[in-house]
Amino acid sequence: MSRIRVLVGTRKGAFILTADGKRTSWDISGPHFAGWEIYHLKGSYADPNRLYASQTSDWFGQVVHRSNDGGMTWETVGNQFLYEGTPGTHQFYDGTQHPWEFKRVWQLEPSRANPDTVYAGVEDAALFRSNDGGLSWQEFPGLRSVKGHLWQPGAGGMCLHTILIDPNDPNRIYTAISAAGAFRTDDGGQTWCPATRGLESNYELPDPYAEVGHCVHSIAMHPSRPNVLFMQKHWDVMRSDDAGDSWYEISGNLPSDFGFPIAVHAHEPDTVYVVPIKSDSEHFPPEGKLRVYRSRVGGNDWEALTKGLPQSDCYVNILRSAMAVDTLDPCGVYFGTTGGQVYVSADSGDSWAPIVRDLPAVLSVEVQTLA
Amino acid sequence: MIRVMLPTHLRRLANVGRELEISVEGIPTLGAVLDALEDCYPMLRGTLRDYVTKQRRPYIRFFACKQDLSHEPLDQPLPEEVVTGVEPLWVVGAMSGGCANI
Repeated sequence: MSRIRVLVGTRKGAFILTADGKRTSWDISGPHFAGWEIYHLKGSYADPNRLYASQTSDWFGQVVHRSNDGGMTWETVGNQFLYEGTPGTHQFYDGTQHPWEFKRVWQLEPSRANPDTVYAGVEDAALFRSNDGGLSWQEFPGLRSVKGHLWQPGAGGMCLHTILIDPNDPNRIYTAISAAGAFRTDDGGQTWCPATRGLESNYELPDPYAEVGHCVHSIAMHPSRPNVLFMQKHWDVMRSDDAGDSWYEISGNLPSDFGFPIAVHAHEPDTVYVVPIKSDSEHFPPEGKLRVYRSRVGGNDWEALTKGLPQSDCYVNILRSAMAVDTLDPCGVYFGTTGGQVYVSADSGDSWAPIVRDLPAVLSVEVQTLA
Repeated sequence: MIRVMLPTHLRRLANVGRELEISVEGIPTLGAVLDALEDCYPMLRGTLRDYVTKQRRPYIRFFACKQDLSHEPLDQPLPEEVVTGVEPLWVVGAMSGGCANI
């Protein structure tokens, strides 16, 4: 029977949750790296026991770990993220230009083919890659040359938080940055173009249709249909049918189109999940009801999924990297909250149950389906 | 030998106990001790100071003999009590700091 391994990054360490394919009885391992913020953990597609973890601290900086045994033991790898050339400046909160400064790794995305090749999305926003299992890192400076001087930090910092690699073409990579927008490369990272046409950011940008500057919160794709992208923007849920060349809104009947994560069902490319949040100034579910919304038709028509989720007095948030799916049938959906709960649905969202209730605030959730 | 005390998080990272002993060649300055510390424990590189500029991270402090040495020049000799091993050099995470936006 298949097994599930859920990798949870929290404000005070990492936790690894494991279960069999029924997804009802869970073992909890952790905290790993106790006391440190773990922004993200991710397993290799090519070798599921190879894991990478981003450990960060405002006091002690960035540390990267890797595991070769599914998280039972870890080793420290390289943490030197040097921007190529003269880093230059970006726009700061006060409108002045501010030098690019490395702060932390937000996202680690292993390649599909090689467990030693892994991409890192960092703050201040840039994309790095390691070809030696994380020992050394090299930047793709072409990304920052796409009007980088106009990028500015969002409330969480100027972070590259989403990396999507086209499963059919490893040279095609999408990145998303708060608050710069979405970008695509078709040549393995050497050159990039904005993927923002159709995005509209009223009240956030002086030009609502600007090429860069949009606060994209996350992007998701289904591996069988990599030209179709789904985006949760600051406000608005968006869809692209042409690999990010253009976007159109699919917020439809959502109670709020503000939110952070977005995910796609493992077997139904038009089934999409979001978690609406009341507003940019009130980061909690509308009406205190924690509801995942699911569209089975690729957007616009959304249904609230509430069974097993708190429907009163719930004021947690679900951060951008804190939702994921497994590849079992029926598809499992998982998300973690800032209140420390990790929920699972083993029936594509119809019903939910907590795996754990009292972890530190959850920053990221990734799922591995193991043979 | 210079005695160095690390904060809990860095002890775990370096997989060491509460106190380290570091050997320094030449004049035992704060910079020389940090160089030797990073040579012995490479996983500490980047956690105390910037890789390139060697600037102390903003929320790291260096204490010894009830003094804050954090703002002293890196090439200034350490106090005699530290050099002779009577007193340790403390690496401390500052009380302030830690922004939690994400």
